[in-house]
Amino acid sequence: MQNVDFTLCEGEIHALMGENGAGKSTLIKVLTGVYEKDEGEIFLKGMDKAAVIRSPQDAQKLGISTVYQEITLCPNLSVAENMYIARGKGAGQNWKKMNADADKILKSLDIPAKATQQLSSCSIAIQQMVAIARAVDMDCKVLILDEPTSSLDEQEVQKLFGLMRDLKKRGVGIIFVTHFLDQVYEVSDKITVLRDGKLVGEYEIETLPRVKLVAKMLGKELNDMEEIRDDSLVYKEKDADEIVFEAKGLQSNAGIKPFDFYIKKGEVNGFTGLLGSGRSECVRAIFGADRVLHGEVKKNGKKIKISKPIDAMKNGIAYLPEDRKIDGIIGDLSVRENIILALQVLKGFFRPFTKAQAYKFADEYIKLLEIKTASADTPIKSLSGGNQQKVILARWLLMNPEYLILDEPTRGIDIGTKIEIQKLVLKLASEGMSVTFISSETDEMLRTCSRLVVMRDRKVVGELSGEDLTQNKIMSTIAGGDR
Amino acid sequence: MQKNTSKSSVANVFSGIFRNQLFIPIAALLLLALFNFIMDPSFFAISFGHNNAGNPVLSGRLITILDNGSELAILAIGMTLVTAASGGQDISVGAAIAIAGSVILRVLCGGQVSPEHLQAPIIVGFLAACIVAMLFGAFNGVLVAYFKIQPMVATLILYTAGRSIASWINNSQLPIVNEPKFGYFGGLIPGIPIPTPFLIAVLCMIVIALVLKFTNLGLYTQAVGINESSSKLNGLNPKFIKLLSFIILGLCVAVAALIKVSRVSTINYSVVAKDIEMDAILAVALGGNALSGGKFSMPASIIGAYVIQFLTTTLYKFNVRADALPAYKAAVIILLVVLSAPVVRDKLSSLGKKLKSGTRVKEVG
Amino acid sequence: MGNKKSSSGGISIGARIKGMSDTNLLLVITIIVFFVMYIGAMIFQGGSFLKPQAFLNILNQQAALIIVSCGLSLVMITGGIDISVGGVVALVSMSCAVYLDYLGGNIVVSILIALAIGLAFGLVQGYLVAYLEIQPFIVTLAGMFFARGMTTIVHTNPFNVANEKFVKLKDTRITIPFLGSKNVKGIYIPAYIEIGVIVALIIVILFFCLLRWTKLGRGFYAVGGNQYSALMLGINVKRTKFISHLLSGILAGIGGFVYFMHIGSGSPSHATGMEMDAIASSIIGGTMLTGGVGNIIGTFFGVLSLSTIQNIVALAGLDEPWWIGITRAAMLCLFLVVQSIIIANKNKD
Repeated sequence: MQNVDFTLCEGEIHALMGENGAGKSTLIKVLTGVYEKDEGEIFLKGMDKAAVIRSPQDAQKLGISTVYQEITLCPNLSVAENMYIARGKGAGQNWKKMNADADKILKSLDIPAKATQQLSSCSIAIQQMVAIARAVDMDCKVLILDEPTSSLDEQEVQKLFGLMRDLKKRGVGIIFVTHFLDQVYEVSDKITVLRDGKLVGEYEIETLPRVKLVAKMLGKELNDMEEIRDDSLVYKEKDADEIVFEAKGLQSNAGIKPFDFYIKKGEVNGFTGLLGSGRSECVRAIFGADRVLHGEVKKNGKKIKISKPIDAMKNGIAYLPEDRKIDGIIGDLSVRENIILALQVLKGFFRPFTKAQAYKFADEYIKLLEIKTASADTPIKSLSGGNQQKVILARWLLMNPEYLILDEPTRGIDIGTKIEIQKLVLKLASEGMSVTFISSETDEMLRTCSRLVVMRDRKVVGELSGEDLTQNKIMSTIAGGDR
Repeated sequence: MQKNTSKSSVANVFSGIFRNQLFIPIAALLLLALFNFIMDPSFFAISFGHNNAGNPVLSGRLITILDNGSELAILAIGMTLVTAASGGQDISVGAAIAIAGSVILRVLCGGQVSPEHLQAPIIVGFLAACIVAMLFGAFNGVLVAYFKIQPMVATLILYTAGRSIASWINNSQLPIVNEPKFGYFGGLIPGIPIPTPFLIAVLCMIVIALVLKFTNLGLYTQAVGINESSSKLNGLNPKFIKLLSFIILGLCVAVAALIKVSRVSTINYSVVAKDIEMDAILAVALGGNALSGGKFSMPASIIGAYVIQFLTTTLYKFNVRADALPAYKAAVIILLVVLSAPVVRDKLSSLGKKLKSGTRVKEVG
Repeated sequence: MGNKKSSSGGISIGARIKGMSDTNLLLVITIIVFFVMYIGAMIFQGGSFLKPQAFLNILNQQAALIIVSCGLSLVMITGGIDISVGGVVALVSMSCAVYLDYLGGNIVVSILIALAIGLAFGLVQGYLVAYLEIQPFIVTLAGMFFARGMTTIVHTNPFNVANEKFVKLKDTRITIPFLGSKNVKGIYIPAYIEIGVIVALIIVILFFCLLRWTKLGRGFYAVGGNQYSALMLGINVKRTKFISHLLSGILAGIGGFVYFMHIGSGSPSHATGMEMDAIASSIIGGTMLTGGVGNIIGTFFGVLSLSTIQNIVALAGLDEPWWIGITRAAMLCLFLVVQSIIIANKNKD
């Protein structure tokens, strides 16, 4: 990141936008003292000298508090401790006062947690809310929210926005980073756009319509958003098409209700629903990633048994998991090894690919998917999020599956790559692959899927296709409004 | 980064060498060699002669290093795999050697203290030791993989009990093997001047090299060590691979135990292979392998093992008493790990850059 | 006991267990196991277990281990490990022995020597682990090697200390009223503890308070729970780690002197394997090597449990030398498996 100016005023919500690798996280980490800056200065109100921020403690002392995308709390401590640790004067720990204070704040923010509860016993969303509660309570002048909404559902997001507006009134300056455009336009006053580590510009929200924002982020004028859906590519259901995969009464130990599901050859369908509604759990059950309790599974009309991922892989099913970092990449291994892994496992322990073969596969897919990497030997962890995702995609495409499950393939990656992936999905389907596509962004689903399975509270509540595939209809089905 | 490739290709080559995992162990080995060469060139003398039994024999300090470092090198192989797969270390290998050695003697002596003839063929004793050692390896592996106990803690159990179990196997007796052939494994085979333990170690290295080449052991182990959850979704069975690494270490333990008991034709439960687990772990660390698991380099570990043996022999040569040896070893280890610590390396390289830019300015001026 | 509580409170045991933090849950298990074991031994083996002195003897013998284990628990809670403690104890007792016997020094200085050695190890190891970010296992392994080697360099052979003042200190016994018992001849023998026990108890209480009621103490838990999060929450992670190793070193120094006071001699083979005993005690006491979970009171009971089982085995007539090793390992194994199962079940819900 170089030569970026950024100004935040009292009482404003300032969105920080940019693609992955644009330098948003770096900017934030410099502001909070996680990284050291090489050049430049940071000024705060009421200080005539540049502020010295060398560590998160320094930032905290200066009134800058931060909520990160990944939860940066300690799971082994209580909720109250997580809110108050490393704060306040004195060396002693007053449990009574701390718990009472914490309960008060939790209550005022409607967070359903007890002060004395161990943090690890809370759900992820509640943990995120606790992190926000901590930041809010710190009496900060600057609040940085780095993708705080990615693990919250719609209601919780609204609660958070209410809170943000409240703080704004109190004169707190808020830096808001998110990938969701809707959210930016809902609460922000200003937008600063970064690209490739450089400043593109700072804009009032009224002067920058969405299309322009996207264009600024990508650095080119772009109509691609509308172009993706090429109707000739979209699957039209024909009775003649055979069912590739079918599940009846499938249930796993991840807490979903039994569900039925099928997909036809060349079809793209999807699971939709709020976060935590059981979308991922359903596909995980199909792939055998969670322990399957009961249910009947058929592949091309033949009964099969899937109890672990390798069974599914042997049956030509591939699964790109939701959480890239935890379930997808193998960080220290090279791009090449990451690409060949699935096919290699399928081929067997005693039959490794030769180096030449592996390089051939890797180079082929690096070219095909336009993966930006120094070489096939680069460790995957040094690639950007979008390129990591492409590598994982390459891993499963190399397997040449009949049925490909993509769980949030576009999460946390830049818009350019998002579009590429959506296009790729449609292309693969037109070549006869069946694809299940899951995304938190409904318009992505609408653009790619011809049939949507709607979920609510870990239960399948409806199926939409054809003319029913509209934003409104999906929303009302998710909300259960039509009953 | 890609822009200045041509300019600093020389620097790249150097940083490439510096970054290579083999750099630290080889540099340490060369340093030790250089030190010895300066102090006393005769350190490297190798002479050929005949021993008391009239067999041809090579002798010299280098030969001693290769001979005595064998058990360590063999253990380093297994320890590297365990480290890579489980992200932890097995601290029970010394105790496990005592058990395996005890089993060999129990089988060969059939419960007698000093039988005139072997009660069973040597191979049977060895195979029994293999099975027992692999079972104990599996015990550790199950605790680590299926009960998710940290490896160091899980193997602490066998570390605590191992020597007691070893002594229990032979009812606290110290059996002696009188068959001269049994001594071949830890000494010399008539007609071959090279110490047998080294030959066994080389055999083990060849086997592991072949295994790594012709199976996916390396890829699977690293994948599991780096990201277990992800490996599982790619169809691997992380638990089994962890278990497998412990079983392979068990096999290494059995081979090392054969050499150990063959050297003296008997056993001392509380002394045999004492502290060898620490040396084996050090070998892995010296090889530049992260003790937290993941990527590994087998050659680097094996060279690491010989570096430690080299150091031991060097210290002996300077008349350091055996029991004071650890103090010197510790000093060298600390020096090595401090130099190879990423933090220190970063500081050094930024210092180097500053010096470089300083000279460049001078050139321009 | 648990039943009564739960019925009166109207909450089932299961719910109580779920609501408990990992640290408290493991602590309760440890304490229950210790009492069940000890009371069981009193009932079934009777004999010496019935005398209060039997219990006090455990304290007398294990005072040093209790102190050292406290330090180790601290490091383990922070997510590290310190295996140099046994070596430090040996070095301290050898150094003090040589100083008192050959150099005719006085006791105050010898205590300072013990503290200085512990402090030195703590400082160096803490710096290497915290600020140079070298794995604690390797650093303290080297520390152990160094301490063991130095011990023999200071003096090779074991010997007893004959320094008069020291012997007087060593033999000082603090009698406890009413707990004595009559021997076979009917003579009343008062119950006693050694000075080391007082030191150990003070340290247990001190460190319990440190971990429970100070911000520094909670910082240890935070760093052990998730180092990166702790950093983001504004905790000085490096300093916290440094302090944990520093304290462990100092406690090893104090433990070394207490050990020396109990045993009254210097020897290179002193405290062999003490680091493993300390780790085992901490684990039995509910400290987890993954960090973030543990309790000093638990560690105290861990030490007691470990030596009680040894006494039980010895009294049961299993006097072959291997039994002690095997039973202790079995006990460690049991605790590890039980811990692992409980935590796994708890996380499932």
